[in-house]
Amino acid sequence: MAASSGPRQISLSTTPSEADIKALRLGDIVYLDGLIYTAREGVYMRALEQHANVPMELPQQSAANFHCSPAATINADGSFSLGAVTATASFRFAKWLPEWMARSGAKLIIGKGGMSSQDYKDYFVPNGAIYLSTVGYGTGALLGRGVETVEAVHWHEELGIAQAMWVLKCNHMGPFIVASDMDGNCLFERENEKIAKNLEQLYEGTKAPSLKRFGETDDRRDELIGNASNTPDNS
Amino acid sequence: MISSALIEQTAETLMAKAAIEIPDDYLTGLKAAAATEDGELSAFVLQAMLDNYEAAKQDRRAMCGDTGVPRWYVKMGNSAQIEGGPVALETALRRATATATKTIPLRPNRVHPLWRTDHDNNVGIGAPEIEFGFEPEGDWIDLVTVHKGGLFGTDYRMLFPSDGIEGIKRFYLDSLVAFGKRGLACQPAIIGIGLGGSKDSCMVLGKRAACLRVVGDRNPDPKIAELEDELKILGNNIGMGAMGFVGKHMVIDCHIEAGYCHTGGMQMSVHAFCLSSRRAVARITADGQISYRTDPDWFTPYQRRETVEWPLPQDHDKSA
Repeated sequence: MAASSGPRQISLSTTPSEADIKALRLGDIVYLDGLIYTAREGVYMRALEQHANVPMELPQQSAANFHCSPAATINADGSFSLGAVTATASFRFAKWLPEWMARSGAKLIIGKGGMSSQDYKDYFVPNGAIYLSTVGYGTGALLGRGVETVEAVHWHEELGIAQAMWVLKCNHMGPFIVASDMDGNCLFERENEKIAKNLEQLYEGTKAPSLKRFGETDDRRDELIGNASNTPDNS
Repeated sequence: MISSALIEQTAETLMAKAAIEIPDDYLTGLKAAAATEDGELSAFVLQAMLDNYEAAKQDRRAMCGDTGVPRWYVKMGNSAQIEGGPVALETALRRATATATKTIPLRPNRVHPLWRTDHDNNVGIGAPEIEFGFEPEGDWIDLVTVHKGGLFGTDYRMLFPSDGIEGIKRFYLDSLVAFGKRGLACQPAIIGIGLGGSKDSCMVLGKRAACLRVVGDRNPDPKIAELEDELKILGNNIGMGAMGFVGKHMVIDCHIEAGYCHTGGMQMSVHAFCLSSRRAVARITADGQISYRTDPDWFTPYQRRETVEWPLPQDHDKSA
C-alpha cells in the first residue's frame, strides 16, 4: 500500500468503516471511491436554518461532504458538463459543521486548509470523522478526472450552481491529504509549529511599522502611533 | 479598423487558454522549484500540480475548479480603431466572459456582495473588471485576461519613509507568513508588490506586478531589481512550501512596481498570484491578424514614464 518513497497512498470508500478511518495517519495521500456530495454555506443554511429536507439518504449513500463548487454547467437538456473540481476554504463553515456532522453522519469532510485541532477534538473525533484536504491548491483537473458521473444536482434553482448540492460518483478521485486524525491532531498545525522555529531569525533586521493597526493591538482604547510594545527589535 | 466580432471570438479563446494552459515561464519556474524541494509533503504537492497541468491540457479542462474572478486588461496602440468604439469593445469582453463561463466551463464565481445574486456567467456590476492602457505607437489592440483568485494572499499597508526597506521586508514577510499558512495563498506563486501611488493605485500596481509580469523579468531600475531578488530569496527562506507545509519554495518570482506617492508616505501592497498563474494574451492588428502569447508585456517604458512629455512617433520620420 505504501509507496517506496514519499507519503503513503491509500484508496478509501466514501462510506468508510470505523477501522478505515482509524488507520489513517496525518499526511497520508487518499484516493476516493463512491459518492460524494458538495455542501457549503448555501446547503448548510438551507438544511439547518431553514430546515429543508436533505434530498439524499445520509450517510448511507455518502459520508463524504466536499466543500466545493465545481466549474460546471447545467445544459439546456438538463445534462451536466463538469470540468475542474477544487475545494474552498473550510474554516468559514465551522459555525454549521458540528450540527451538520451530527445530522448527516459525515465521516470525511473534504476541503481546503482544514480546521483547528480544537474543532477536530470538539466534533470531528466524537463523530468518528476526519478531514481530507485537497492538494495544491488546486489539482482541479485531476479531481475532475476522478468524477465518473454527476449523479444529481439538488437545490441549484434555490442556491445557484456554485452553492448547489452536487452529487458526484468518484472513481479513484484524488489526491487528498489526511489533515486530521482520531486523536484530533492537525497536520497544518504540526507543520506550522516546525516552521515557527525559524521565524524569529527570519524577521531579524526587519522593522515594525511606525503606524500600527487594530489587530496588532486588540485594545480599541490604544493609539496606533508610536512604540510598539510587541516589537523587541525596534529599540 | 478592428471588428468587435473578432475581439469577442479572440476573447473567448483567451478565456479558455488562461483557464487551461499553464504559462511557460511559470511552468519553468515551478519545475525548477520541484526539482530542489526537499520537504516531503511540499514535494508531493508540487509533483501533483505538474501532473495536474498535464491533465488539464490533455482533457481541455480548467486547471483549477476555482477559476477565479476573470478580468481584462486592454492595451491599445495610439492609432488603433475599434469598430463600434470602446462600448462595443466592453460589450464584446462581457459577452466572451459569459459565453466562456458556460462553454469551458468555468465556475460562476461572481455574485452580488450583499444579495449573493449569481447570474451564473461571471458577469455583473463591475464584473469582469476591464482596465485600459495605451502605447504611443501601433494600430493593434492587446487583450489580456487574468483569472486571479479572489479571496486570500493580498494585503495593503500605509508605510512611511522612516519605515524604510526594513519595514518593507517586515510587511512582505507578514503577508507571506499570514496567507502562506495552510496554503491559503496557493503558493508557490509569483508575488507582486506595489510601492507608492495612492491606496487604490498601489493595489493596482501590486496586482499588475503579480499578474502582468513573467518569471525572470526584472524591474529596469537596478536597485529595485536587486530588491526583487532579495525579497524572492527572503520569501523562500521562510521554510514554508506549498500548502504551508515545511519546504523551501514559497515564491517563484517577486516583482515590484513603483508609482509616485505623497511625499510623506510609502504605500505598500502585496499580491500572491497562484499555482496556476492564469493569464493569456492576444494581439489583434488592424488587418485582422491574431497572435497569441503568455507575456502581457504590460510594463513598457511608456507605462513607467516619469516625464511630462513623451516623444510621439512622427508619420514622416519613422526612424525617430
